[in-house]
Amino acid sequence: MSAPVLVVENVTKCFGGLTAVSELDLELRSEELVGIIGPNGSGKTTAFNLITGFYEPTRGSIRLGDKRIDGLRTNQINRAGIARTFQNIRLFPDLSALDNVRVAFHVGVRSGITSRVLRTQSFLDEERRIGRAAMELLERFDLARFALSSARNLPYGEQRRLEIARALATSPKILLLDEPAAGMNPTEKVELARLIRRVKDEYDLTILLIDHDMKVVMGLCDRILVLDHGETIAQGTPEQVQRDPKVIAAYLGADAVA
Amino acid sequence: MSTFVQQVLNGLAWGSVYALIALGYTMVYGVLKLINFAHGEVYMMGAMAGYYVGRWAQKAELPMPLRLPVTLLGAMAACAVLGFLIERFAYRPLRQANRLSVLITAIGVSLLLQNGGQLVFGADPKYFPQVLSYSEVVNTGGVVLSNIQLVIMVTAVALMAALNLFVQKTRSGRAMRAVANDKAAAQLVGISVDRIISLTFVIGSVLAAAAGVLVGLSNPKVDPLMGIMPGLKAFVAAVLGGIGNIPGAMLGGRAARAGRDAGLGDRPLDLP
Repeated sequence: MSAPVLVVENVTKCFGGLTAVSELDLELRSEELVGIIGPNGSGKTTAFNLITGFYEPTRGSIRLGDKRIDGLRTNQINRAGIARTFQNIRLFPDLSALDNVRVAFHVGVRSGITSRVLRTQSFLDEERRIGRAAMELLERFDLARFALSSARNLPYGEQRRLEIARALATSPKILLLDEPAAGMNPTEKVELARLIRRVKDEYDLTILLIDHDMKVVMGLCDRILVLDHGETIAQGTPEQVQRDPKVIAAYLGADAVA
Repeated sequence: MSTFVQQVLNGLAWGSVYALIALGYTMVYGVLKLINFAHGEVYMMGAMAGYYVGRWAQKAELPMPLRLPVTLLGAMAACAVLGFLIERFAYRPLRQANRLSVLITAIGVSLLLQNGGQLVFGADPKYFPQVLSYSEVVNTGGVVLSNIQLVIMVTAVALMAALNLFVQKTRSGRAMRAVANDKAAAQLVGISVDRIISLTFVIGSVLAAAAGVLVGLSNPKVDPLMGIMPGLKAFVAAVLGGIGNIPGAMLGGRAARAGRDAGLGDRPLDLP
């Protein structure tokens, strides 16, 4: 097996007296698709916020490759190679779909301030390159015809896809998807699952995904981590997790096991 | 009728100045949701910097056509630095604080600059050096348009066009719009929000400095408290145009002033 790309070690996050995530251990290997499930308030989104730098861990460490990223700022973590989407979509509503993607292409762009001000040839070439790359990305996500509409005017499903496209524009190694299937109907969910798998293969991505929809999670993920009240109560393949009595208890109540 | 036309014309010239100041309010509000009450003082500092640069230009006997551009650029550079420093040392430490604390801090910065200005520059009004000699461009049917008014309007329009181009077409402008929409999501696509906020303050301050110099041209009396009223009125103009809305501020400034002058035309045009 390859070396892990992301290692979350013994991470705990407390808000005052509340321990939102407790001693979380998680290893992602290259091109794995791992799911996090758990009842509401179990700490899934907090885990995402810790990995992406919105929160700093109270204890523990997070490493991307061999670089420690806990304590870095969110934009630095993004540049190091982690992108995410949100449970409630967070596009730039006033920007066009194209600009939503273009603005994310800053990463890895080398032009300094002088070449920008002077609008040198290399800078203009780069701008054109970004414009083309952004347009290609929109085409891949079947969003090209919305390129010039404001993001706020896109239909819901398209907004979801645009958010993923925008995340990919930052050329991440790891993509975190927070409830990508929320609010979708069964057909849309099937399409989404297909899209996620396709994106993972085309971009050689490692994906960590939160969802409530068991069909989506069980169908997509190689491995699943189950959280309850901030604790990791089970970890394993979808089959193992489904049979785990602790998981059943957390979801259905302890009585259901007996 | 000619009085009315004249007043509207005067109003448009003055309104351009308000619009330039209002832009600073509106841009900062857009990215930080903060009413930067120290902005009127940045405008004052622009006029003060213009005063010193203009006097230097006179003393150095720079050719007349160069004096205004040099004064303008000097004041803009000075205020760029000032705007950067205000954001860096007064507002950035409060990024996580609640909005009321930041607002109070803005008022504090404003008072600091007003009183610090009196301490450093002296409380007496200063006579703004003549960097552009007065002449009449149009004088027909009792309506006069001076070259100073023309310069004010043209400079303001040029700066606003440049700003618009910057915000709509450039990479940093795009990032600025993204930050105004959603700071967290902007960070998540790798935008350094702090850098964009700094840039916003710098641009807003540069525009205010230009406004300060343009006012110095037409009302050559500058003093450390001159920012209070125009600051307040430009704030009103920004709100009128819909705060956070850049084209709104551009129009709001002109509408507010032209309306005021058209309505109150028989009063002497002494106040800024």
